[in-house]
Amino acid sequence: MAEQRSPVDGAPLVTLYDEELPPDNSYAFSPEELEEDEMILNMGPQHPSTHGVLRVELKTDGEIVKDARPHIGYLHRNFEKHAENIDYQGVIPFTDRMDYVGSMGNSLAYALTVEKLLGIGVGERVAGIRVITAELQRIASHLLAMGTYGMDIGAFTPFLLCFQQRERVLDLFEWLCGARLLYNYNWVGGVSHDLPEGWTDKCRRFLDEFVPVLDEVDKLLSHNKIFIRRTADIGIITPAMAKDYALSGPNLRGSGIDWDLRRDDPYLGYENYDFNVVVADSPHGPVGSCWDRYFVRVREMYESVKIVRQALDRLPAEGDVHENVPRFVRPLAGEAYCRSEAPRGELAFYIVAENKKPIPYRVKGRSPCFVAMGLFHEITRGEMIADIIAIIGSLDIVLGEIDR
Amino acid sequence: MSAASIIERLAAHLGLEEGSFESDAEAKDPWVRIPGDRLLAAARFLKTDPELDFDTLHCVSGVDWPADDPPAIEVVYHLTSLSRKHWIVLKTRVGREGGSLPTLETVWKTANWHERETYDLFGVRFEGHSDHRRILLPADWPGHPLLRDWEWPETWHKIPVKPGRQMTERAEGGQMTGVGPFD
Repeated sequence: MAEQRSPVDGAPLVTLYDEELPPDNSYAFSPEELEEDEMILNMGPQHPSTHGVLRVELKTDGEIVKDARPHIGYLHRNFEKHAENIDYQGVIPFTDRMDYVGSMGNSLAYALTVEKLLGIGVGERVAGIRVITAELQRIASHLLAMGTYGMDIGAFTPFLLCFQQRERVLDLFEWLCGARLLYNYNWVGGVSHDLPEGWTDKCRRFLDEFVPVLDEVDKLLSHNKIFIRRTADIGIITPAMAKDYALSGPNLRGSGIDWDLRRDDPYLGYENYDFNVVVADSPHGPVGSCWDRYFVRVREMYESVKIVRQALDRLPAEGDVHENVPRFVRPLAGEAYCRSEAPRGELAFYIVAENKKPIPYRVKGRSPCFVAMGLFHEITRGEMIADIIAIIGSLDIVLGEIDR
Repeated sequence: MSAASIIERLAAHLGLEEGSFESDAEAKDPWVRIPGDRLLAAARFLKTDPELDFDTLHCVSGVDWPADDPPAIEVVYHLTSLSRKHWIVLKTRVGREGGSLPTLETVWKTANWHERETYDLFGVRFEGHSDHRRILLPADWPGHPLLRDWEWPETWHKIPVKPGRQMTERAEGGQMTGVGPFD
């Protein structure tokens, strides 16, 4: 029998496995505490509607959810520890992998933080390119959120239309920097590639053709009676709760709070662009419902189109995108915390630097999805099991960012 | 409200005399460092005072300073006021061995998960926390990985987890580390 030993000593499926199993500490609820008719139900980590590897432990009574506890960490790789062993520029690919469907926003937030630490700025052309890519990324990310949310609820067609359009944004990014998902595009002090020739025209053409499709998907899904009945009355986040849990981005504005970093603490010259901050006005039920959060994302895409158009119009024709890229990043001792409005909310990095060292002393990523998941147990209490899926989708989480 | 007047107002409320606490109103992110036993009072005041009105706790981070005298973990709270549009950073230090802080969960509910993360990765305990468990790592993971002197275990439940030889050698030679734990 000995030859059956696996190279990994102690692999549980090998016949000779004699290791005692680790204590099962993966449950927050204990069976002893259950009342009559209650039961503990696991949703995930492989459930398709959990948008990644999220495991939710539900205490149910029939179809009613009495309580819920999310369990996270399946994708944890601690990029913060990696960052303590790698130079400042080398951290950017790690940040790309946090929110892997909104990578432009991640590397942008990190680059802005290091630039704040160094006290350098970027030229007008770089700022314009960054705004364009960030807003295109917002469109791509919201399209994904919109399409998969429809599919979670049972509408398949919007998903296909959304992914078709998202693909076109990814094609633009591929042309720009060679990558479709993890771009490593925003560098400290600049961007990796200048816009290729003809890129702006193609981008304009995309915007022109995208808006009618968005109108169509909006008509198909947003005001669909079944969709409204499924989403407009569940997962209510009151404005007070949203502040208490420090929600941000579309989740915060979906609760009726008028706050957007692009307007209230502008960076990259966002104050010069003409756009509206989309706040939920909830025509279908109480403010802060799943439908409100969903619809804020839809309307934000129109605003992003507006911003990209303006940015393309005023983009300076000349300018070296590597002009301000420092040869060495060696900041003075100090620290910087920089917020930015990523597609999923306020993504921030906190960097502590030792004096003139090429390696950061500490990098912390503040993830908006992590924060949003913190109130999950509050909004699921008393809902039906099928509505849990609608609630998870409406928060628009990406597990790569929650687990970091 | 300017950072200097926020710090002044907070110090006046806590009865901290000038020079008895550290602060920097001119920094990139103005900060004030207060003793751990005054943390809860400071947080309550910052949230409830109508002039300050810090309604959201944006982020909680830990920073390990083993070389300082005394060695400490600094817990950093980034606060935002959505209504007043101002920002402040609250810092406090806690001993590396068995140190603890009061939980701010009772002031801002979002602190719950942030504090669990700080406990998970740094080992800082938060007194009065309602759900004091690890959040990202398995419950029986050895040690707290973001401490500067944390060392990789060779195995975890007989699963080899230490990074490969190649990666360790490169790291010791001052080169880049690999991308994954197994390199």
